[in-house]
Amino acid sequence: MTTHDTSRVGVEDPGDDAPRPPRQGPPAPIAFLRNVWRQLTSMRIALVLLFLLALASVPGALLPQWSLNEAKTAQYLLDNGEWAMWLNRLGFFEVFASPWYSAIYLLLFISLVGCLTPRTWEFVGHLRQQPVKVPRNLARLPLHDEVVVAGTPSAVADEVTAGLKRWRRTRRTEDGDVVTISAEKGFIREAGNLIFHFSLLGLLVAIAIGSMFGFEGSVLISSANTGVSTNEQAQEVGDGNSGFCSTTTISYDNFRPGLMIDGTELPPFCVQVDGFEADYLDNGMAVAFRTHIRYQLDPANDGDTWQEQQLEVNDPIRLEGGQRLYLLGHGYSPIFTVTWPDGTQQTRMTPFQPEDAFYFTSQGAVKFTDPPLQPGEEITDHQLAVVGIFAPTAFVHQGVMTSTYPAPESPGVAVRVFVGDLGLETGRSQSVFAIDEQQEELGLLNQVASQNLAPGETITLDDGTTIEFSGFREFVSLQTSYDPAQGWALVFAILLLIGLMMSLTIKRRRVWFRIIPEGTRSRVQVGGLARTDQAGYGEEFGKLVLLAGRPVVGGTEVEK
Amino acid sequence: MINEGLAAWSDTAFEWALAGYIAALVCFGIEFASRKAVVPTEAEAASARLKAEQKSVRKGGTTVLDPPVVEAGSGAGSIGLVRREDGKVPLGTRFGWAGMVVLLLGFVGHVVSIVLRGLSTGRAPWGNMYEFASLICAAAVAGFLVLIWRTKQRVLGFFLLLPVVILMYVAQSVLYAEAGVLVAALHSYWLVIHVLSIALSCGVLMLSGVASATYLLRARYEKKLAKAQAWTAEHGEAPEGRIAVDTRSIWSSLPSLSTLDKWAYRTAIVAFPVFTFAIIAGAMWAEVAWGRYWGWDPKETFSFVSWVLYAAYLHARSTAGWRGTKSAWISVVAFLSMIFNLFFVNMVVSGLHSYAGLN
Repeated sequence: MTTHDTSRVGVEDPGDDAPRPPRQGPPAPIAFLRNVWRQLTSMRIALVLLFLLALASVPGALLPQWSLNEAKTAQYLLDNGEWAMWLNRLGFFEVFASPWYSAIYLLLFISLVGCLTPRTWEFVGHLRQQPVKVPRNLARLPLHDEVVVAGTPSAVADEVTAGLKRWRRTRRTEDGDVVTISAEKGFIREAGNLIFHFSLLGLLVAIAIGSMFGFEGSVLISSANTGVSTNEQAQEVGDGNSGFCSTTTISYDNFRPGLMIDGTELPPFCVQVDGFEADYLDNGMAVAFRTHIRYQLDPANDGDTWQEQQLEVNDPIRLEGGQRLYLLGHGYSPIFTVTWPDGTQQTRMTPFQPEDAFYFTSQGAVKFTDPPLQPGEEITDHQLAVVGIFAPTAFVHQGVMTSTYPAPESPGVAVRVFVGDLGLETGRSQSVFAIDEQQEELGLLNQVASQNLAPGETITLDDGTTIEFSGFREFVSLQTSYDPAQGWALVFAILLLIGLMMSLTIKRRRVWFRIIPEGTRSRVQVGGLARTDQAGYGEEFGKLVLLAGRPVVGGTEVEK
Repeated sequence: MINEGLAAWSDTAFEWALAGYIAALVCFGIEFASRKAVVPTEAEAASARLKAEQKSVRKGGTTVLDPPVVEAGSGAGSIGLVRREDGKVPLGTRFGWAGMVVLLLGFVGHVVSIVLRGLSTGRAPWGNMYEFASLICAAAVAGFLVLIWRTKQRVLGFFLLLPVVILMYVAQSVLYAEAGVLVAALHSYWLVIHVLSIALSCGVLMLSGVASATYLLRARYEKKLAKAQAWTAEHGEAPEGRIAVDTRSIWSSLPSLSTLDKWAYRTAIVAFPVFTFAIIAGAMWAEVAWGRYWGWDPKETFSFVSWVLYAAYLHARSTAGWRGTKSAWISVVAFLSMIFNLFFVNMVVSGLHSYAGLN
């Protein structure tokens, strides 16, 4: 970025006392715009924008964010009342998508471009220029020395030139057979600087493309062969829901599309989860997860051909076409069988949400939305929901069930049974993990039983309906991610790092030699100047002086 | 799986390291407090002049004013070369030497502690906050030893060991986690790359932050000194009361502003690329573990804040009107943001990076 002195923009140089004709400047609006532009591209404003960027990011880390944790954000809004609502309106719970955050980084990047463009031209100009002429008085430079060596100036100059192999150098002659050599090194510092800043721009573009054309979809799939079933129906339901196909966004539980993704034409693939294993320590800490999956990339034509693979944490499957498949988590899906008095049986399995990510006490609701009906009965009178806790290793203390170990050693559920209208037609969205409490408050949905069950145990309702805890499956939480520009983001990140290291470690420095004939010998004046940081150049300068040859007369004093 | 014996030795070595650092802190503190009696630094020379002037002004003589701020020359302020005229090594310097010995012993113990942790658990020894904090401190001390080796000055010792000892103590008393295996989420070679580079850069940035903080202390002192001098020049008498300056202040024995600025900058430009690399490596791990390379997780967000602040520091340092005290403030704030990220975001804000090992 430039270091223009902006404080003087638009101020006339007072100059001498002679009256001057008024300057023919551009019209006012253009002058205004030009001033704004100069201000914006000044280092001062860039610094202020950097601080603003840092400051504006802070609420993104300290306040819950909609995009990261919807439930937590909603709860925060409920807990904090009016001022939280205002913060919400101002975008504080979606900082990185808020207009003010975008304004800051866009201004910063405009400032960056305004700065880089002239600097790039300047740099290209410098590249094509010869190193500058030798200053008249080398003794004025911060580093200087004078020696007398044997040999004619041109011979000495050859010697010096040979020693300046990796320097950009020019040899010139002055009057009286004086030979001068100008050399410079460390040009690449500015190149590194430019690479760093252009890479930042590239990175921003890559991030933008990713957020436009990428997507993320997550889905919970129950793994076949991993649980308990107390009857055939449960076995069937448990193992029958162990796959999914990514043909539409509906197949995902949660789908976050990029701005330009409408959810159609997703590259299709199908996944089948055949097994899930977790290794736990005695204290319950999970040390490894393995999911055995099969997948096909062209479901229409692959028929029964599957590719088998093990999917693990930290080791995604990278499908052809750029989609990636991740194992993000796991949990338990209990299975319940309801037998109505008329003998109709329904078996359902629903994933429960792990409340405790360590021991997996999980919470959820299994909803039976289509009960069998006698003539004249309303479906909304007989819908049934089993709501409660699943614990892989159940422990009941003072009537409260919790889990004491994450593996299913002695699974149990603590459930309440509700009968009535689940409220699916009210238009309100409802969580899959809970019933609509409003229906309960309205008296449309009533609790009819509550009990703790082990697999195979049954609750019998007053009307004779029985509800059996028929087992469970472990589910895995899979995520599909797609970001067409992430390779580019990596390329720019690496370039950024290289540019940064170049610009921080390389020093720009110059050295000049003036070789004056003195009989059969030559007097060599040497001067050195480091552009950014003088320290550290002194030692190298001492060696450069010696390039002229062993001094015959004169010291090797180098002022530091 | 866990070698309990080695783990116990690792804990003992950690205690020795902490003891060594505390002893070094005390020694360096004594040396620092007594140094001004040994060799006049530039600021001391200035304050001595000031005193002489004040005396001569009182006597009605003429005043010769020199600017109080003098660049550090070679030799002045360097320790180890300092001997009194009678040839005896002053007591303060002896404490400094003792401090170096215990610091080195402590550092060896520290390295042993970290290595034994790794051996006892069979994994990279930076898998929870205790181990991470310990590694940061080791990196800071290692960086300081390099600084001593390069500059022959240990004057920052007291100021660096202060946060190091505090962090080590917190690590041992609050963050301590038994040697154990890691959760599944941390089983990745990225743990070695990402966490190691973060810890190393954080340690060296601590050194940079300490240099900047001492810069601010020294700048404050020099400002007062200059004010007092101006007062003396204007009023013809020594200032009293509010703006009176203690010309024997211990801050006068700090290195010159330009030296402190140089140390802060040099350490920052070593650590900043490493920190940048660490963030990039973290993004690559996130791509492997969470399905996206950047998701504004609180930890990610705060590391971005720190990165932006350090970028601002490096830019400010080369911008007219921002050099000096302002840059030093930015550096200090940037380091505080690193510490905030280490503690607050891990322990209070919950996010994906909650591997603290604290339950």
